[in-house]
Amino acid sequence: MTGKSATLRSSGGDRGGWLVKLLVILIVAMWIIPSLGLLVNSFRTSVDSSSTGWWTSLFHPLSTQWTIENYQSVLTSGGLFDALINSLIVTIPSTIIPITLAAFAAFGFAWLKFRGRSLMFGVLVGLIVVPLQLALVPLLRIYQSAEMTGSFLGIWLAHTGFGLPLAVFLLYNYISQLPKDIFESAYIDGASPFTAFTRLVLPLSVPALASFAILQFLWVWNDFLVALVFLGTSSDVAVLTIELASIVGSRGEAFHLLTAAAFVSMVIPLLVFLTLQRYFVRGLLAGSVKG
Amino acid sequence: MAEAIHPIRSMTPGLRILRALVVVGVVFIALWLGLRVLRDPNTFAAFGPTLSKLAQALVALILGVGGIWALFYAANVIIEALPTRATDFLRPYVFVVPAVAVVGLYLIYPTAGTVVGSFTEVPEGASPLTNYTQAFTDQEVILALRNNLIWLLIAPAASVAIGLAFAALVDRIKNESLAKAFVFMPLAISFVGASVIWRFMYAWKPPGQNQIGVLNAIWVAVGGWLVDLGLLQEVEPVAWLQEIPWNTFFLIAIMVWLQVGLAMVILSAAIKGVPRDLVEAARIDGGSELQIFFRVIVPTIRGSILTVFTTIAIAVLKVFDIIFVTTGGNFDTSVVAVRMYQEMFRFRNFGQATTMAVILLVAVLPIMIVNIRNLRRQGVGA
Repeated sequence: MTGKSATLRSSGGDRGGWLVKLLVILIVAMWIIPSLGLLVNSFRTSVDSSSTGWWTSLFHPLSTQWTIENYQSVLTSGGLFDALINSLIVTIPSTIIPITLAAFAAFGFAWLKFRGRSLMFGVLVGLIVVPLQLALVPLLRIYQSAEMTGSFLGIWLAHTGFGLPLAVFLLYNYISQLPKDIFESAYIDGASPFTAFTRLVLPLSVPALASFAILQFLWVWNDFLVALVFLGTSSDVAVLTIELASIVGSRGEAFHLLTAAAFVSMVIPLLVFLTLQRYFVRGLLAGSVKG
Repeated sequence: MAEAIHPIRSMTPGLRILRALVVVGVVFIALWLGLRVLRDPNTFAAFGPTLSKLAQALVALILGVGGIWALFYAANVIIEALPTRATDFLRPYVFVVPAVAVVGLYLIYPTAGTVVGSFTEVPEGASPLTNYTQAFTDQEVILALRNNLIWLLIAPAASVAIGLAFAALVDRIKNESLAKAFVFMPLAISFVGASVIWRFMYAWKPPGQNQIGVLNAIWVAVGGWLVDLGLLQEVEPVAWLQEIPWNTFFLIAIMVWLQVGLAMVILSAAIKGVPRDLVEAARIDGGSELQIFFRVIVPTIRGSILTVFTTIAIAVLKVFDIIFVTTGGNFDTSVVAVRMYQEMFRFRNFGQATTMAVILLVAVLPIMIVNIRNLRRQGVGA
């Protein structure tokens, strides 16, 4: 934004009085307690879970009977293991396919000359503004007549379509800034644009690709609406969010199972988030416009 | 691959075309077989349930990830088989047409269909505006619109206010990144997962039993204390999500809990970008910390504040999961997106469903334009 001068941070460190510390602790507590309750309760027995608050176990950890039965139960009879695999089946291609299409397109728009270039680019990126709800009814009709509902291919393509405008926009911003010389020397050496793209552009664009990949991965993993409309609730294909919502519907008061199931659904995004936080933050602002 | 280009170019045209046909044939047969296997969950039934599921996953990954690359490769091989001039002309389209085609099918065509459908999918001979007049006279729809408005008025402002306050406060303490990580973490959690977390926070047990939800436990404890002091007649646990009209606010709290992390991260980065001279100068002029915050820091980062605000506003207008999972739109909590889903799947009224979608678009569009303009002004890219 502004200024070359040193930032506030460098004057930072521990400048807060007790009031500042108290407020920070208060907010952090409000943000931790809900998740902490979920985690603690998922290891409690069904009797404990329905008769006392989870904090009693936290205050008396030694006299509490801890158990992993809830996890065993939701993963096996609860069908959550299949849902976990289904989520992977849905999420990985739904991340790779749009990123591949977008990288090819971004390179084409940035470095190749052809008719209709600015029109196509303008339309594609302009579609960022369209909420995906606009696409649901007509697409569902196509899917129903083509028997594509409930198929993994169908949801891969749906997530691809909905993610592409943003992906092209982000990757274009990056790829168009690559130095021109590298392409020229590659072409002189006889490389085709295809080779230049796979050998030069992709390796050089890893930071941008990673930012978008994390964003799209989390988005698809956590998606509920698109999966509900196009993939459905049958246990062959249901993803974690769908399965979790259906447990809420069928066993809404069985909090020992619900908390375990919710935690299962959160493990992978949390791991991705914790290990790749740096890329995630970078992609966040740019990705905040996702439709 | 660079070494391989020349040998292909030096092949006779006939050989090149033959090669292209073989590659295309192999790719398409492989994709077709793979998709058939994927559609039939019993393909690997002989391995037992767990292994068969894993085998299916493996096929899916090879197919999904490898398939897209195989298609691009095949397209490139076809192009290379053509005469040089045709190759040069068509090559750029190999790069951009797949993306444009997918977006055309998945966004342009259906969006047009939705907008047109909202006017044409009416009973025989009825006015094209029937869906809209029906929508705006339906009490349920008006309720959903009102709720969307309440969400819009509260969730973005609350998220920005808390996120900004936290970003400014945390800037002054030692364990800054740790504190931030905790507030940021919910961003990785799905709306469905967050809904479950908060259903548990809001859990209700009949009076006399132990409360297992944090909120009711606090409510009953504090209330009981007030009763002991004689300040209150009696206290009963509250079914927070069924308590009209306050339940909408308890649902909004879930959204705020999720979005504050986004606001905090972006605003924290912006605060750290405020030039130090500016703040020092204000300090020398005798400004208090609060004055500096409101008169120097906030105006300097207003672009970022606007970005965060509009971003959350857009998410709020489209909110669906939280309400669908917690109340299903009952107890007067419905919003437009939930209403749309119900029109689609419960009432099978596609005309009304498309109308809901158009209402969403009209609501989102102005905010989206402000957002993009603002992003562009800030020069934000990847």
